Amino acid sequence: MMMIENRTIEAADTVLYVDGVSVSFDGFKALNKLSFFVLAGELRAIIGPNGAGKTTMMDVVTGKTRPDEGEVFFQGDVDLTRLDEARIANLGIGRKFQKPTVFETQTVFENLELALAGNRKAMESLFFRLSGEQAGRIDEVMEVIALTEFRNRLAGSLSHGQKQWLEIGMLLMQEPDLLLVDEPVAGMTDAETEQTARLLREIAQDHSVVVVEHDMEFVKALDCRVTVLHEGSVLAEGSLETVQQDQRVIEVYLGR
Amino acid sequence: MRASLLINQRGGQVLLACMVALAVGVPALNLMVPASSAFHVPDYMVGLVGKYLCFALLAMALDLVWGYCGILSLGHGAFFALGGYAMGMHLMRQIGDRGVYGNAELPDFMVFLNWKELPWYWHGFDVFPFAMLMVMAVPGVLAFVFGWFAFRSRVTGVYLSIITQAMTFALMLAFFRNDMGFGGNNGLTDFKDLLGFDLQAPGVRAALFAASAMAVALAYLLCRAITASRLGRVLLAIRDAESRARFLGYRVEYYKLFTFTVSAVLAGIAGALYVPQVGIINPSEFAPAASIEVVIWVAVGGRGTLYGAVLGAMLVNYAKTYFTGTLPELWLYMLGGLFVATTIFLPKGIVGAVPTFGGSGGKGLGGLGKRFGRPSNQAAE
Repeated sequence: MMMIENRTIEAADTVLYVDGVSVSFDGFKALNKLSFFVLAGELRAIIGPNGAGKTTMMDVVTGKTRPDEGEVFFQGDVDLTRLDEARIANLGIGRKFQKPTVFETQTVFENLELALAGNRKAMESLFFRLSGEQAGRIDEVMEVIALTEFRNRLAGSLSHGQKQWLEIGMLLMQEPDLLLVDEPVAGMTDAETEQTARLLREIAQDHSVVVVEHDMEFVKALDCRVTVLHEGSVLAEGSLETVQQDQRVIEVYLGR
Repeated sequence: MRASLLINQRGGQVLLACMVALAVGVPALNLMVPASSAFHVPDYMVGLVGKYLCFALLAMALDLVWGYCGILSLGHGAFFALGGYAMGMHLMRQIGDRGVYGNAELPDFMVFLNWKELPWYWHGFDVFPFAMLMVMAVPGVLAFVFGWFAFRSRVTGVYLSIITQAMTFALMLAFFRNDMGFGGNNGLTDFKDLLGFDLQAPGVRAALFAASAMAVALAYLLCRAITASRLGRVLLAIRDAESRARFLGYRVEYYKLFTFTVSAVLAGIAGALYVPQVGIINPSEFAPAASIEVVIWVAVGGRGTLYGAVLGAMLVNYAKTYFTGTLPELWLYMLGGLFVATTIFLPKGIVGAVPTFGGSGGKGLGGLGKRFGRPSNQAAE
């Protein structure tokens, strides 16, 4: 149970529920009793200076890092701290890395096909055949991420922005309930940034999405609730206007 | 779509055609054409090329794990040697009482060491099907157990390479010991016959040659079926971005384990075909340097293509035969130089530099084409 803004939040109402999570690396506290939650269907931006614990938070949620203490629940009752990356991914949590990470020696189509939701067993993948329905799903996602004309291009030959979109498309192919998106517009042009904000807002209509970002213009364009992290815990939360006026936020982050 | 696979196809067809031609042509030219004819293939050539074919199969096995899954094994010689020892044990048992000491039950080296009875792990090797099962099972099980611990603990990159090297080194030291029961540093030799056929007879040697060529062809078909399946695409994904594959929900360790085990079994079969053709198996096959040489064959031929590994193994071993005959003291320098030159000038090996094999695109990315400024994605379009 958590108290936030005079509301009592039970884990059961949330898609992601993080309570009192601490992680330290060689004495450095990357996360310090971090608590926050994301409601089902919500779009959430997480901001914070370098070292605030944003990426570590994602590592904990996706099973890469085990917390020293605290609870992490998915959809109210799935304890994520006991599961590994593959299991968590198959439960319905997709993650986009900070640096665009796609399979460069395979085509756009093949990248999406690899991400296709479904059986991940090694032996069965030997005899896998793509069904018409699945191919249709790939075409759909390709349309959403605006890469249809590049379907047969090797992913390695795409521009930086296109790789970011392809990776977001791969997340969509997984049909996750929750998407964790780490700095999706780093290194993008203004036009690409705008397009990405539109894409994420569209995705947020039927998914829960958590976006970690530095770019304030982009966060503004997302038009959603913002959580500010600092030194491994939540410093402020609310609309972008509210947190931008928060004195502590200005001190540690925006003022610099 | 599937551009990278189409590139593979032509080279693979050439490979299959070559292997079938070798399997039929060489025995025919050896046995049916009189020695006076210019088309006659001499006996020593049958043995020599037969040996190269076994190395080619070993190289293909390594390419499956290295080229497609990014696991640089520096211990594949160990799986080759274990397959060879399993075959050697069968051949030893076939000698029967024709050994120097005339002991029907014990191989010569055991009589020499004053052993009274056959060690338990030698039992069953007199039965051919059991020995053939062991040829595959011993390397396969070792690879499975080794991989189980290494991949689950997420040992990757150079660390994995180093422990594979340590594995083959440890096995070499063990097999050197007389009390291991595998003939110590002399290994197993003086073989007489296989399935009742005299191993010195030209017809039998030609048959072993044909079997080796067919083994390369069949192994290619198997490896290609694996790499062209969805599992093969996951392997490439693991090679190129392991954590991405993991966060897509793939259990990377199982995919690696499957591939590593299949590869070890193929290496074991290569060893089993090698031993009756060269007539000996000893612990030097476990030497770390032997495994590293396999890596050079694959790198020179071009990894990630399967047929490139075969080409590399054949060419480098031919060069080795030629130069150790004419300039023996220079061969190791040449081998080292070849590896360095390949790494710098032909990162995708020989097949990566030949445009008809899809040189500059797909998996042939890089190589000369890139050096000369051709766009690297053209083959994919």
